Amino acid sequence: MAEIRTVCIANRGEIARRIMATARRLGITTVLVVTDDDLGMPASLEADVLAYLPGSTIAETYLNGPAIVAAALAHGADAVHPGYGFLSENAAFAQAVVDAGLTFVGPSPEVIAEMGSKVGAKEKMAAAGVPVLAGATVSTASEILKVGAASGWPLLLKASAGGGGRGMRILRGPDGVEQELDAARREAGAAFGDATVFVESYIERPRHVEVQIFGDAHGTVIDLFERECSIQRRYQKVLEESPSPGITDDVRVQLRAAARAAGAALHYVGAGTVEFIVAPNGSIAFLEVNTRLQVEHPVTEAVTGLDLVELQFIVASGAPLPKAAIDAQPEGHAIEVRLYAEDPTSGFLPQTGTLEDFSVPESVRVDSAVDAGSVVVATYDPMLAKIIAWAPTRTAAAATLADALRRSAIAGVATNRDLLIGVLEDEEFLAGATTTAFLDERGVDALVDIRRSSIEPLIGAAALAVFLEHHQTSPVPSAVPVGYRNVLTQPQVVVLDVDGRAIEVAVVFAGRQAEVAVGDGEAFTFVDIDEDEFVALVALDLVAVAVTTLGRERFRATSATDLVDVTVLPRFSPPRVALAAGSLQAPMPGTVVRIDVAVGDVVAQDDALLALEAMKMEHTIRAPFAGTVTAVPVTVGHQVTAGDPLVVVEADHD
Amino acid sequence: MGILTSNVDPSSPTFAANAAAQHAHLADLAHEVATAVAGGGEKYQARHAARGKLGARERIELLLDAGSPFLEFSTLAGYGSEFTVGGALVTGLGVVSGTECVIAANDPTVRGGSINPFGLRKHLRALEIARENRLPVINLVESGGADLPTQADLFIPAGQLFRDLTRLSALGIPTIALVFGNSTAGGAYVPGMCDYAVLVDRGAKVFLGGPPLVKMATGEESDDESLGGARMHATISGLGDYFAVDEPDAIRIGREIVAGLHWRKQGPGPVTEPLEPREDPSEMLGIVSADLKVPFDPREVIARLVDDSAFDEYKERYGTSLVCGWATLSGYKIGILANAHGVLFNEEARKGAAFISLANQRDTALLFLHNTTGYMVGKEYEQAGMVKDGAKMINAVANSTVPHLSVIMGSSYGAGNYGMCGRAFSPRFAFSWPGSKVAVMGPEQLAGVLSIVARQSAASTGAPFDEDADARQRAAIEAQIEREQHAFVMSGKLYDDGIIDPRDTRAVLSLCLSAIDGAPYEGRRGFGVFRF
Repeated sequence: MAEIRTVCIANRGEIARRIMATARRLGITTVLVVTDDDLGMPASLEADVLAYLPGSTIAETYLNGPAIVAAALAHGADAVHPGYGFLSENAAFAQAVVDAGLTFVGPSPEVIAEMGSKVGAKEKMAAAGVPVLAGATVSTASEILKVGAASGWPLLLKASAGGGGRGMRILRGPDGVEQELDAARREAGAAFGDATVFVESYIERPRHVEVQIFGDAHGTVIDLFERECSIQRRYQKVLEESPSPGITDDVRVQLRAAARAAGAALHYVGAGTVEFIVAPNGSIAFLEVNTRLQVEHPVTEAVTGLDLVELQFIVASGAPLPKAAIDAQPEGHAIEVRLYAEDPTSGFLPQTGTLEDFSVPESVRVDSAVDAGSVVVATYDPMLAKIIAWAPTRTAAAATLADALRRSAIAGVATNRDLLIGVLEDEEFLAGATTTAFLDERGVDALVDIRRSSIEPLIGAAALAVFLEHHQTSPVPSAVPVGYRNVLTQPQVVVLDVDGRAIEVAVVFAGRQAEVAVGDGEAFTFVDIDEDEFVALVALDLVAVAVTTLGRERFRATSATDLVDVTVLPRFSPPRVALAAGSLQAPMPGTVVRIDVAVGDVVAQDDALLALEAMKMEHTIRAPFAGTVTAVPVTVGHQVTAGDPLVVVEADHD
Repeated sequence: MGILTSNVDPSSPTFAANAAAQHAHLADLAHEVATAVAGGGEKYQARHAARGKLGARERIELLLDAGSPFLEFSTLAGYGSEFTVGGALVTGLGVVSGTECVIAANDPTVRGGSINPFGLRKHLRALEIARENRLPVINLVESGGADLPTQADLFIPAGQLFRDLTRLSALGIPTIALVFGNSTAGGAYVPGMCDYAVLVDRGAKVFLGGPPLVKMATGEESDDESLGGARMHATISGLGDYFAVDEPDAIRIGREIVAGLHWRKQGPGPVTEPLEPREDPSEMLGIVSADLKVPFDPREVIARLVDDSAFDEYKERYGTSLVCGWATLSGYKIGILANAHGVLFNEEARKGAAFISLANQRDTALLFLHNTTGYMVGKEYEQAGMVKDGAKMINAVANSTVPHLSVIMGSSYGAGNYGMCGRAFSPRFAFSWPGSKVAVMGPEQLAGVLSIVARQSAASTGAPFDEDADARQRAAIEAQIEREQHAFVMSGKLYDDGIIDPRDTRAVLSLCLSAIDGAPYEGRRGFGVFRF
């Protein structure tokens, strides 16, 4: 038994806070490694001890194993919890922790190494009788073509050392295989330090279902039921739930048995997740074992009542799994959504900025990396928080979660909140028809529109409040109605920022009433305008909206069902140096990782010009039209900020 | 102070009939206003927009603060003339960067925004409002200069535009020109005479003569940009004080200039917190009689105009056809003179004269609510000194130095119009209700007078009198006067500052009083109040 009294947390953000919450409850002292970016963030304020990691890149900080081990030793830690991501599945790091005489909160370095190779893992699982997909490791395009010819298209190209979908690409046929392979290898090499990739059969419209397993040093391996994580964007999970709404009990039994078999074959100690895909016909296939705590562990906690971090500490200290875990039975339904700082309607482009507000109703569990005032930077994953609801039924859990999201105050940084609400209120979702193709099939635009159209009265009321506030501070007597016109010619317009969207609101005042059009939406009438109370008539519904002033040009509109924070956008953009026509600007802050063209090159429309890495995703900048490259003001490795010119293309004149 | 109570019954047939008549007038007004707003019509508006340019009213909307009112003046300028209604110019009062300003915007969709005689008068009137009330002026310029075919009526008086702009500057009232397009010849002097000139790149063309005129005059080949482009004026001639990259940028700069003025109002300010009237202003439409021959009680109007419907009536039982008294409107103290039974008798004239001089002693602005057929005629009244008494009132109003506001509610005939501070007596602001009528006398009376004179003339020469011809002539003259006394025609001639919805009167007067508060004022002094 190696009792854990002080744990060093080799992570940041919400998972660091999550681990610290349990540690505090168990009386374990926490040592948190922290970088300049994270100083002052909520996690750094909750740790007992901070261990400073100097450096500006994650290679120097959160991926710097030796520095972290040294920090753990220096601060008297007897264990290291890696969280998820970063070094959590790095066998060398686990080994270094063990070698330093510390307890690694996770499975043995050997198991991590074994499961770290997806190719090796598959072979091992196949040998243990777990169903797997056909596939092969590949290093040339011709190898891929061979697999395609043998087992058919489409194929999925993945990084052997990967996780989280990074570097994954669907190959629908032989076209473009070479380019995709290059990109996948480059991304895998950059992200995981291992360029090995493999292909396997690609199952269309599968469900992604995983089983939580736990093993102790006494040979016990249990499963804590399944989680379904089908709803994904760019291979990253957006919504997770337990139990899976769309599998039969028979499939559920198969999955759990296969997961236990996998754990047993590995003599697994600690928390792990065995991921499967479930084909539309119900057949299952092993994907990978994640040898760490999963992001989505709270849904398992919600249905079992267990604290998985506590279980990790127990088994890491060498104690057996407690009876409560062994006898656990799931109850009710839990759903987790991941709140990302990203714009779902522009290809999930990551968003940065200062979070002006962050407050979520208490009806749900919130595991967040941030608080009001936190600065969201481009260096890390854009996940701001996980929000988890539990209820006796799935319908009730979805409703609770959607309601909480609708009434959350989240401002200053655009998020995927509207998409999450749209999913939770979507008919197909509520019917349990969830596959990994869900977002594509239902349409991100249609899903976000579910909330966006319903908050139009709130945005309209906020706009009226803007006019009223200006009116009240103007020199004009209050007997003059706001926006009075003796000759009515056109609506009065204000542009508001709502979750990163610039929305034009057009208002026609008529005494205590107003006709309002929000964005492209249909106009509706406010039947009563008071100082801070507004009543809109939308179709046949009366919607009462209260508006409060949050600060200079910032307002909060609240209805019975929703809360919206808006910021008035300046009517005029300050004049700026005109960009050369044809300049392609950086869509977000990032690093130039590849330049495909040189000055003088003739390019066709959609030709790749260069690639930018931001928030761990590679974004290719393509030619918007055919023309000639006249300038490339950046070099590889160049750090750019949003709006910086990257390439100038002069259009062909026909 | 006494609180006025209403005797109007909104459910009565009279109220309904009155309101119906006013609604019909408002519908006619909306029709005419739409013509003015349409400017040069769909084709020219579309062409202007296709050039990426904003319309005159769009420029104004972009210039105004959020929630700011805009009180447009003289919308119907040119009504009844051969010119497009509106005079190719939009003028009005609104709030820019927290400052009440007078705005004048050329409408380039009407003959290129060129200045016609009505547009000129409208522009001059706007500058007069700016001068009297010390309001900064913002000109949104896009004008081809004088409307050349009308130069004979325009050239000499148009000099006043230059003169008034620079006199405003001399008075310390800021003048700003935002130049969006052509600003040619006469137009070139608008930025030339203003304190601040903002020129839009690739839009503004500020020159005395364009390339064709230069070619005719000197034979020199030239182009717009080198003669008068924003870049040239910003870098070479120095006429442009600010270089705007586009139209919105010019408006942004204009707003910043106003913000930087830190302009302060110099008037006495409101004296109380305004309370809303106790009677409903929206009932105003049912008060004015559908037939203007039927008098109505102006206290019903006052109860719907003034703060808390509170009115301190002066000489309530004397000269009862002219209601006088004190009130506050949006917190500003005012004295009100309102016609009650149409005719002004000797007592009313003397009461009015005394009240006006009292208001001067009290430094209190005056509001005239017109519904008068004029001063009384007849032996009894003439012998009692009607001319002398009328003269007292006209003398008082003409020499009063407190600000005056006039609202023509119903009729305003004869010297009654003068005594009640008609346009010739320079009220700071004058507005009309849409059914009102202004003339030297009513059409029947005027036609009748002419008929009697003709009959007397025939009798004196012994010539036969043609009764049929007289009847036809009377009808023709009645019809002519009926047309000419119409509110739209009067407004078209700039004899008021515009026609307003009666329900908006409190809002409009509040805006006017706030504007008036821009300048200091003091009543005429030197004598005690004469008890005429």
